[in-house]
Amino acid sequence: MTLPLLSLIPGLPLAAVALNLLLGDRLGKRGTAWLACGSVLAAFGLAVRAVLALAALPEHERRITEMAWTWMRVGDFTANVSFLLDPLSAVMVLVVTGVGSLIHVYATGYMSHDRSFRRFFLYLNLFMFAMLTLVLADNYLLMFVGWEGVGLCSYLLIGFWVERPAAAQAGKKAFIVNRIGDFGFMLGAFMLVVATGSLDYERVFAAAPHAFAAGGTAITMAALLLFAGATGKSAQIPLFTWLPDAMEGPTPVSALIHAATMVTAGVYMVARSHVLFELAPAAMQVVAVIGAATALMAATIGLAQNDIKRVLAYSTVSQLGYMFMACGVGAFGAGIFHVMTHAFFKALLFLGAGSVIHALGDEQDLRRMGGLAPKLPWTHATMGIATLAICGVPLLSGFFSKDEILHAAFASGHYGVWLAGIVGASMTAFYMTRLYVLAFRGPSRLSHESAHHLHESPPSMIAPLVALALLSVVGGYVGLPFQEGGHAFTRWLRPVLEAGGHHGAHHEVARGVEWTLLLLSVGVAGAGILFALRSYLWTPALATALRERFAAVHRLLEGKYWVDELYDAVFVRPFVRVSEWLWRVWDARVVDGVVNGVGTTLEGGSAFLRVFQTGFVGTYALWITLGVLALFLHFMRRT
Amino acid sequence: MIPLSWLLALSAVVFTIGVVGVLVRRNALVIFMSVELMLNAANLTFVAFANHMKSLDGQIFVFFVMTVAAAEVAIGLAIIVHLFRLRETVFVDEIHLLKG
Amino acid sequence: MIPLFLGFAALLVATSLLVILHKNPVTSALFLVLAFCSLAGIYLLLHAEFLGMVQIVVYAGAIMVLFLFVIMYLNLQHDVETGVQIAVRRGIGWLAGAAVLLTGATLFGVPAGGGSGWALGPANAVDPAAGAGNVRAIGRELYSRYLFPFELTSVLLLVAMVGVIVIARGGARRGGARRGGPPPAAGPADPPEDR
Repeated sequence: MTLPLLSLIPGLPLAAVALNLLLGDRLGKRGTAWLACGSVLAAFGLAVRAVLALAALPEHERRITEMAWTWMRVGDFTANVSFLLDPLSAVMVLVVTGVGSLIHVYATGYMSHDRSFRRFFLYLNLFMFAMLTLVLADNYLLMFVGWEGVGLCSYLLIGFWVERPAAAQAGKKAFIVNRIGDFGFMLGAFMLVVATGSLDYERVFAAAPHAFAAGGTAITMAALLLFAGATGKSAQIPLFTWLPDAMEGPTPVSALIHAATMVTAGVYMVARSHVLFELAPAAMQVVAVIGAATALMAATIGLAQNDIKRVLAYSTVSQLGYMFMACGVGAFGAGIFHVMTHAFFKALLFLGAGSVIHALGDEQDLRRMGGLAPKLPWTHATMGIATLAICGVPLLSGFFSKDEILHAAFASGHYGVWLAGIVGASMTAFYMTRLYVLAFRGPSRLSHESAHHLHESPPSMIAPLVALALLSVVGGYVGLPFQEGGHAFTRWLRPVLEAGGHHGAHHEVARGVEWTLLLLSVGVAGAGILFALRSYLWTPALATALRERFAAVHRLLEGKYWVDELYDAVFVRPFVRVSEWLWRVWDARVVDGVVNGVGTTLEGGSAFLRVFQTGFVGTYALWITLGVLALFLHFMRRT
Repeated sequence: MIPLSWLLALSAVVFTIGVVGVLVRRNALVIFMSVELMLNAANLTFVAFANHMKSLDGQIFVFFVMTVAAAEVAIGLAIIVHLFRLRETVFVDEIHLLKG
Repeated sequence: MIPLFLGFAALLVATSLLVILHKNPVTSALFLVLAFCSLAGIYLLLHAEFLGMVQIVVYAGAIMVLFLFVIMYLNLQHDVETGVQIAVRRGIGWLAGAAVLLTGATLFGVPAGGGSGWALGPANAVDPAAGAGNVRAIGRELYSRYLFPFELTSVLLLVAMVGVIVIARGGARRGGARRGGPPPAAGPADPPEDR
């Protein structure tokens, strides 16, 4: 191609940002909406075209690289702004631009009454630019630029409603927690540079088997540090606390950033670095364990939340745990598959929740919803589909991806991980059904204002819901199980995931075992759904009774295991105290003291010198005389 | 012949008297006169050496010094007159606008 | 020769002292004239006849007359020299003068019989004592070896003349305009408050 296609994919949203900044006021709401959505849709179009071109290439040559410009060349180290399109980044770029453009369209409706409409799309486009840079980068440094960029945009968008202190706090929290992870990422990247002399994927992965001893401390540390970055960005233990708070942002933001794209960056990064992780089995164990633990923990918290968006947030954390579980057991492709399907149904869930919130006039508490099904037909239908998908109901997309993860865990011998996954799946089914029932079914518990305000959302919001619902249904068919040599998705990703000479473990289990596992996962999902229906729909008293019976547990879950409070006490408060001490003593006394001291000294010095400026010629003459005398004496001494 | 050291001593004394005059007096004109005294003391030194070394260079120099002194006096007095017009005084310790 | 010299020297020192000590500026100026005249006498004793005459003509005749002009023009009275500050300054001034004298004494040395110990530079071979008159000798030097400085000096005098006219005249013009002209304009308006 003569056109710099790949550079344009992140470039178009960036251009939209620039145009928005310069012309935004003159464009008005419609113009801004067209500009913002248009740029992302165009990026999507370019992405499709590029991926088609990629697919046209023979399987083992599926790499399109494009260098935009040389960024830095320091000694032996080179890092360029250059982009890479291979099967892995193709999946990511299509998901990001595709789901992204749907969410942009939705947002034009959702934010239509907002004062800062233009600023919203400015940030949103900026986010798209950063995210696309992240997934299309061909070296860790450029990826990190995108990594940081999405972190920044996350902060800007979470705290979008600047007059809300809670939103500002949440934005700060997100950014700071992310930053801790980013520090790990950076250290990992430094280790890679030191060992291999480069940050380009191609060179690092080629050099890694030689530069690092397999299973040695160096590579394990590097991999774990990179994973630390992933825990921050993708909200895993221990850096997940920012994601539920991030729900303070507008719902399209939650859908785009905290469900479909940004939080998956960690998974993408781990999948991309699979060569490194495969060299460090210990690190992969850690990844799997943390993924499983997060999945389970978040699912339990989700059982007891009452804010519709909080439930979805913890669900996201939990599902991300599944993706890392997959990566940890070596099934990187399954992890990416789940990224894709999760993007579809989680975005749909968030957008649907946004539609509900919008319809009820900003009501987010599940306890004040109910019976919305007939009033919001489209929202209800699409959210129902999404709920089924996330629960893992067969033939919907979530089923295929989740099942593949569980299968990979079992087949590779990680039975603990598998068990956690199964239990988590049933809990997922339970709390998602609970959400559905409390919102759409049963008696109406709406307040007067909400009931009065109730109306279905405009087409700009409904259309993306429908599109995502479709994708949630059919999106899984690229990953049908029981296929020889892996299904379509696996085959697509094979050139990337099996590069580096280290072939992924092809654990196979007997057909019978595989069917059993499948039925088992369907079974627990079904059990979860039924139990939720019974507790909340058919015999609502059951829910209340359970809550009272396990009151202590319920309080623990509702309080999110008091993790935030723990972090606050252990890290935040001491840190704040140190900062205050530094401010009071070091900054105010020492630094200011030095600076003011310089000033005071100068003042004192000049006050002293000012004495000589009497203004009297006679005094000056006297000093001249004495000076000449002194000079004379000095020179006399020398002769 | 007059001993050189006597001449130099005389010159030093007159010069010193000029210095004291500059430092002690308040009247700008008297200070100026003291400066003239200093100049003349220097002239005396020149002439003394010219005589001692049997050379004319010293005398030529005195010639030029006198010329310059004349010009200087003219301008200095003009300034003093101007200053008197502005400040109504010639006493240097009443003129201290540049006091720091 | 020596007694003559001593007489002139004594006169010089005495009149110089009186110049700086007398309260009346006119008296100071007149004593300065006398000092110049005694200095001229010393020049004559040192075979610098031309300079001696020039001294009287230029210094005593022109410069001091100018001084007296100005003193009369400014209509100055006796100097008032009272006040502690002034006395302190006077004391310091005398002390400084004493210091200068001492320095000079050690510099020039008081050993009788020449030999100041200072290196004396190369001398012009012309002997002022002999030769056909001092004026001719000086003239010959002035117009040959020292022609350039001589010409420059004339330019200097021109500059001095112009400078004097400018300085002395400028005040009068401005003072006249001020008395007749409008009052000075009001200061700039206060800047508007920052919004």
